[in-house]
Amino acid sequence: MHNFDFAKPSTIADAANALAGEGAQALSGGQTLIPTMKQRLAAPGVLVSLTGIAEMQGVCTGDGGLHIGAATSHAVVAKDAHPHYRALAELAGGIGDPAVRSRGTIGGSIANNDPAACYPSAVLASGATVVTNKRRIGSDDYFQGLFTTALEEGEFITSVVFPIPQKAAYVKFNQPASRFALTGVFVAKFANGVRVAVTGAGNDGVFRWKEAEAALSANFSASAISGLTVDPAGMNTDLHGSAAYRANLVKVLTGRAVTAAG
Amino acid sequence: MPKDHGIGASSKRREDIRFLTGRGVYTDDMALHAQAAAVFVRSNVAHGRIGKIDTTKASAMPGVLAIFTGEDFKDVGGNPAGWLINSRDGTPMREPKRPVLAHGKVRHVGDAYAAVIAETVAQAKDAAEQLAEDSVIEELPAIVDMKAAVADASNRVHDEIPDNVCFDWGWIEDNRAAVDAAMKAAPHVVTLNLVNNRLIPNAMEPRASIGEYNPGTGDYKLTTTSQNPHLTRLLVAAFVLGIPENKLTVVAPDVGGGFGSKIYHYGEEALVLAAAKKLGRPVRWTAERSESFLTDAHGRDHVTKIELGCTKDGEILAIRTETLANVGAYLSNFSTATPTFLHGTLMSGPYKVPHVYVNVKTVFTNTAPVDAYRGAGRPEATYSLERVIDQMCRELGLDPFEVRRKNLLTPDQFPYQSPVGLLYDTGNYQATLDKAVQMADVAGFEKRAAESKARGKLRGMGLSTWIEACGIAPSNLVGILGSRVGLFDAATVRVNATGNISVMVGAHSHGQGHETVFAQIVAEKLGIPESSVDIVHGDTSKIPFGMGSYGSRSLAVCGTAMTKAVDKIIAKGKKIAAHMLEAAEGDITFEDGKFSVSGTDKAKTFGEIAFSAYVPHNYPLETLEPGLEETAFYDPANFTYPAGAYICEVEVDEGTGKVEVVAFHCADDFGNVMNPMIVEGQVHGGVGQGIGQALLEFTTYDENGQLLTGSYMDYPMPRAEDVPFYNVDYSCQTPCTHNPLGVKGCGEAGAIGSPPAVVNAVIDALHRGGHTHVKHIDMPVSPSRVWSAING
Repeated sequence: MHNFDFAKPSTIADAANALAGEGAQALSGGQTLIPTMKQRLAAPGVLVSLTGIAEMQGVCTGDGGLHIGAATSHAVVAKDAHPHYRALAELAGGIGDPAVRSRGTIGGSIANNDPAACYPSAVLASGATVVTNKRRIGSDDYFQGLFTTALEEGEFITSVVFPIPQKAAYVKFNQPASRFALTGVFVAKFANGVRVAVTGAGNDGVFRWKEAEAALSANFSASAISGLTVDPAGMNTDLHGSAAYRANLVKVLTGRAVTAAG
Repeated sequence: MPKDHGIGASSKRREDIRFLTGRGVYTDDMALHAQAAAVFVRSNVAHGRIGKIDTTKASAMPGVLAIFTGEDFKDVGGNPAGWLINSRDGTPMREPKRPVLAHGKVRHVGDAYAAVIAETVAQAKDAAEQLAEDSVIEELPAIVDMKAAVADASNRVHDEIPDNVCFDWGWIEDNRAAVDAAMKAAPHVVTLNLVNNRLIPNAMEPRASIGEYNPGTGDYKLTTTSQNPHLTRLLVAAFVLGIPENKLTVVAPDVGGGFGSKIYHYGEEALVLAAAKKLGRPVRWTAERSESFLTDAHGRDHVTKIELGCTKDGEILAIRTETLANVGAYLSNFSTATPTFLHGTLMSGPYKVPHVYVNVKTVFTNTAPVDAYRGAGRPEATYSLERVIDQMCRELGLDPFEVRRKNLLTPDQFPYQSPVGLLYDTGNYQATLDKAVQMADVAGFEKRAAESKARGKLRGMGLSTWIEACGIAPSNLVGILGSRVGLFDAATVRVNATGNISVMVGAHSHGQGHETVFAQIVAEKLGIPESSVDIVHGDTSKIPFGMGSYGSRSLAVCGTAMTKAVDKIIAKGKKIAAHMLEAAEGDITFEDGKFSVSGTDKAKTFGEIAFSAYVPHNYPLETLEPGLEETAFYDPANFTYPAGAYICEVEVDEGTGKVEVVAFHCADDFGNVMNPMIVEGQVHGGVGQGIGQALLEFTTYDENGQLLTGSYMDYPMPRAEDVPFYNVDYSCQTPCTHNPLGVKGCGEAGAIGSPPAVVNAVIDALHRGGHTHVKHIDMPVSPSRVWSAING
């Protein structure tokens, strides 16, 4: 790891100022950034920690659903979101291991938009709103491909607002080494329809499976998707599974998520 | 009532107090005065010609003390292969020099071609980065695939070896024609093509070494992560650097796991010694995990075609195998023995097979060296054999339990001379099979399968009846077979004046629990508390010349040496007691810690005799030396032959292809058991590694020789949730006939016997589920492979 300076502001305004500086890089839970720095693949001049800002911490209900501060750890979401949005809490409780869940944050995960991360599927399937220091971004506009989001230079997530569905479940199939999602499917049923978001599988990151959404909006049962197929052409191939295998997982896991959602 | 101390007791592991409370002292824990740091510059291409290495900029960077390149070591020796194998035509194997630092060419990603010594690790890393930028490496086409390596003579890992073949070995070559004839005459022949997947050892503690040099005395010291400090001393001193052995101390302190990978001498050890001498300061190197992935000797990596000739009712008549075994870019110390004498000699397993022939070609590739890894050759043999027997049963519609019963050796057939060169001394393979069948409730399987089906899962059961040869090894035998070292071991028992005991042993414990078990044995034999015995290991300046720990040899070989040394102590104690008790030596008996005159109540305690030996006021000084310390060396008369039967049950999720091991039953025959708890732990660990190989672990180099599974992001290690609660039994005991403790060896058994049981269970589950087109799935039997096989 190369040397760097470190700042830990206590307000969103101070954080924005610090991030405007030369060579500044936002740091949340550090579960991706710190290992990258240790490998000397990243060498930011200044790390600006976002975990010391009180208004970016915690889970509460409010306008539009469940508000989660961007610097809230997975462990806290797993515990505090549970009474309000169980599928989301269970997703948080299934990320990594206890050490990862104690450090990693929802904002960090969504800002990084790793194509195999769990949280993007929850944000997209819930139709959540990503709130930044500058604006509010709808989930359909926010995710823009592998490690790519709508966030602009100097912009950082301050909270995420999740509408709470009637029924929802997340089913993840672990990549056997990293335990990231080889494929993960989040299904959320709202009064006005069903949203299905898939992580880990697509070769352009998290995506909505709209054919399944239509079928499930008409009939929320696993059998509703039995006639659908997923085109492997849009799927990722790597050491742990081919595109065809992932396409299969998308369908199998969607069915299981619907069943789990009840 | 189980014993609570001594032989056979499950004494708690005394070493765990320091390990579990953070008080272990590992190489990297040692901070020495004026210690400098070494960082290696490693090739990022798999194959390349080394051009100019311009050290100018790196040398001038802050904190840099010295830079070494391959040029600095071109005149010293190479790290040798420990075993000379001859090809079928009698020519000796090709043995390229393995230099301390790559010289002329780099031959695998991670091959070190330079090293930087600096005040701190960070400074050394900065300079190493600069040096890599200032080094010209002309990339050459990589040789990765073994078949391609053999086929293409134009591209060579070592310029002087035209076909990339180290040797082409036949075992036993003289039997080849008879085996071919038997195969031709067999009513049925089964053929399987198998890949035994390459594994990366992943010891919890990465390799680390500290070199020291005292200019005042000329003494060197190497503190290093080794499973065998005396062998490392011999290699680095006599073969590589030319240091007299008496001027080099090697210390292997607490070592966090080895699984084979720390048997071998590596170039980093020579480098830190050379650097320490040049600088007159201690020099330390600790591998980062990425370096461990790239440079620790990997395991397995066989591609095998096995044929089995049999009668229609399942009697095995002949076995023939052809294997390509990867040795990687250089010959690691045991790399030539592992695919040959630790593999071919086990190819008749626990069965009576009249005709067996094994052919192994070892191939150089631009990958990390491959060598012995827990089981070493024996898992590969067991896997081939147990898979092909299951395939035979499937093709002929026979029951895998009955077929094994039919072919297993029977107790009256021992000692048994196998057709592949081993003399099995004792065993009862029916007993372990019967035990496993009982433990696994084989009769109740259909009911369990129906219950699984109700939950949407396919259940399958797999069997493996295995044998191995361990307690390596009789030196005279291995000498004939090409070994360049002896494989005895040694122990010194030092009774202190107050009656407590220090035992210095040649075996090395890197997690096994020797400090506990060896003390149990000494305490039992001398009738004293275990707490009065301490075991010293890992320091060549303290221990007698032993050969360390690998091949499940510690107890069978070093334990025997220790037992013999204790016998000498007792014999001398009797002489002292006879003098003190004014009796004839022949009338002295030793029991429960007391030397007594037979038929009288006259006795001296062990403590009194010990005290007398060091305060010899009333002592036969004219005929007997004072002191009570004895050393014994022991060279085993034969290997030991643990064996057992393993039954695995799996559930397969057809939707995802995921396999879950839901039950695993082990009935092992380890001969006499010294500490049941530790034996069970060894079996748990071994089976865990076997399940890891069967379901999870794999090593992939791409066509350019880049290691794609070079971190835990992509190399799947088994975790607690991947393994079941094990059901382990060791009550079937046929004690080894040629060592006094009657012990065999248990360290590798689990890793040897389990992979075929798992794979057999998966294939069974798929067939029961109607997927009868699936003949075989290569390990790891990962979800995507299972799904592809089902849907293929």
